[in-house]
Amino acid sequence: MKKLLIALLFTFVSTSAYAGGHSPCGVTDGSIKILANEFTTYRIFMDEVKSCAGPSADFSVTHSVDHNKLQVAALSANPAEFSAKLVTNGSITTLMNDNLIRPLDDLVAKYGSALQDNQKIVIDGKIYAIAFMANAQHLWYRESILNDLGIAVPSTYEEVIAAAEKIKASGKMANPYAGAFKSGWNLGQEFVNMYLGHGGDFFKAGTAEVSVNNAKGVAALNMLKRLTEVSNPDFLTQDTNAVKEEWESGNVALMHVWNSGAASLLDDEGDQAIKADTRLANSPTVGGGSKPATTLWWDGFGIATNTSDENAEASFRALLGAATSTEMANANPNATIWLIDGYSPGDTAGPVVDAANRGATPYPSLPYMSLLHGALSTELVEFLQGNESAEKALADVEAAYVAKATEQGFL
Amino acid sequence: MPHRTFFWFFFPSGLAMLLFIGLPIISSFFQSLHIEPEQILMEVEKCDPFGCKTETKVDIEATTKLQEEQPLGRFNGLGTYGDRNHLALNEIKEAWTNSSSIAEFTDILLNLPFYKALLFTLTFCFAVTPPVVVLGFIVALSVNTITKSLKGPTIFGVILPMIVTPLIGSLVLFWMIDAKGILGSFIQFLFDDPNLSLKSSSQLTWITLIIYGIWHNTPFAFVVFYAALQTVPQDPIEAAIIDGASRYERVRHIVIPHLYPVATFIILICLMDNFRVLEPIIGFAAEGVAQSLSWMIYNDLRSENKMLFGSAGATSMLTIIGVAILLTPVLIRTWREFRTER
Repeated sequence: MKKLLIALLFTFVSTSAYAGGHSPCGVTDGSIKILANEFTTYRIFMDEVKSCAGPSADFSVTHSVDHNKLQVAALSANPAEFSAKLVTNGSITTLMNDNLIRPLDDLVAKYGSALQDNQKIVIDGKIYAIAFMANAQHLWYRESILNDLGIAVPSTYEEVIAAAEKIKASGKMANPYAGAFKSGWNLGQEFVNMYLGHGGDFFKAGTAEVSVNNAKGVAALNMLKRLTEVSNPDFLTQDTNAVKEEWESGNVALMHVWNSGAASLLDDEGDQAIKADTRLANSPTVGGGSKPATTLWWDGFGIATNTSDENAEASFRALLGAATSTEMANANPNATIWLIDGYSPGDTAGPVVDAANRGATPYPSLPYMSLLHGALSTELVEFLQGNESAEKALADVEAAYVAKATEQGFL
Repeated sequence: MPHRTFFWFFFPSGLAMLLFIGLPIISSFFQSLHIEPEQILMEVEKCDPFGCKTETKVDIEATTKLQEEQPLGRFNGLGTYGDRNHLALNEIKEAWTNSSSIAEFTDILLNLPFYKALLFTLTFCFAVTPPVVVLGFIVALSVNTITKSLKGPTIFGVILPMIVTPLIGSLVLFWMIDAKGILGSFIQFLFDDPNLSLKSSSQLTWITLIIYGIWHNTPFAFVVFYAALQTVPQDPIEAAIIDGASRYERVRHIVIPHLYPVATFIILICLMDNFRVLEPIIGFAAEGVAQSLSWMIYNDLRSENKMLFGSAGATSMLTIIGVAILLTPVLIRTWREFRTER
């Protein structure tokens, strides 16, 4: 009797699993293992990928803010730890350098008819990634606070500082500005923004020779220093997610963070009064420049070289399903700017479009850029703490870069 | 023990040590003598949502071919050891000739990544180890005197900091010392300064890390001291009590001399452990102001780009040399004691 019951139960469970095994994206076998950054928009995207892969698919996703640090080690192994990686114009170069992501032309030809042309990341004639969103950092402000003090929305960083100082003087907030200044990738990125805003070039044209120790670099650093002076004194420990928490706690009236932050800042959780008061503004210019001091980013996915063709196909189809889902895009119009066909942008898209129109530079996709970014991450701290001069800090950045680039064979 | 018996007794662990410690060290050493092969660059057309343009890219085919020819990379000798991110020999030479005072020279020296990391590592080692030994001893003495029924729970409570994974322990403390955390706001209240933040200055971060190190390491010293206390001979203690010696005198003249070799052992292990400090730096997000040698290795292998094996290997070798130098005085002392006891 007991055996019969077990047998019955078993049949029931297995049939129901079979019945639920339908995959909307046509994934039949192969496992899907994805490595991705951690923020709300990616979570929305991954939910769509998961439902597209279907309930019976062998699906897992690892969200980590340290994705950039993990990717090379994880994808170099053969077979790789992950079958796919969400990439950006910043992280794809590193993977390309080591041949860790595969060309997708055959898969695109087979399944990619719903893709728009600008979603295809084509390098040297081959498609290496599929983009699904565009992102940029820009200014955010608290409307009521600016209105109360009669401050116009800042359009330059000089005005941002004046506004922050006014808010500070009014006693409303002790540290009204916030940016992701955490020592590491975030801090490097703040310098990249500010240096490009000053019209700087990171390398001597066409070479891997660095050149940031110049008047523009010094001006960029001094501007960062002034911003940190109106920021929380713990700025060196705050990454983007920590800055968003500060915002949601009402401690900050001006910040420069990602457009995709809207997904968590403007959702139904947290203090609704702060949400109602949150406004997006264009990224400011700096030092009289005309380009906004920010970088343009696309986010997309690449498929690992060191994974079986079966896993590659399953991962591609599931990810593609989400990257062409007009439904997902239009259900979350403010989560980011989707590059998906049929998407009608929400009211938060403005600042990114504005940045693109005013000629903001895409983050440089150069093979040696990440070495420079790494050097910036660690060598700028002492300057921001007031322990060394801007020139010295930039000289240190250059020296650290040269040592690393020499070891890597670029110089 | 006859030598033969000892050999077979030691053989399995000796073999494991050779395989899992000896060989990796040798392999890191070889890796540290090499750098990556030259990267062949090429100009390609690249299109993304922001348009098409010509950009530099690594020529994968040519570079892979070079890599296959030299899987270890290009031989660089001790070049990596001497470069700016390690011993920085050229920079030091230059600083020595160009600086006008010792203070200026020290400034330049401590601005170089390796020496900056070395300074923190040594400070951490020498600030943490003595308090750990003293505190561990005091705690062990106290626990030894409480009634039997309370001993179990007390010991558990005392060794808790050691049980908690370092990364978790440091993260918990990191949140507690946040300006809005329970410890952080208490300190602000105590000093009556609403802007005081333990995370904002290097000095305060260093102090926080050191206090964390003491908190985390004391249980180890406690456990060893506590075990050793159980072996203190009771006869001389009873004799001392009859002679009218106070508790302090008994501890000073009987217990401490008995525990002396144990203390040496604890110092040895603590110095070695603390020289490799890494987790609290990550947990406290203190990379900006406090870098240790282990953190440098971590950063070389986990930075944005390719893993810098040569650089990490070189730092590893220098760390091993550092540990050896640090332990030499203690080891010499132990050896001498061993000889005289014989």
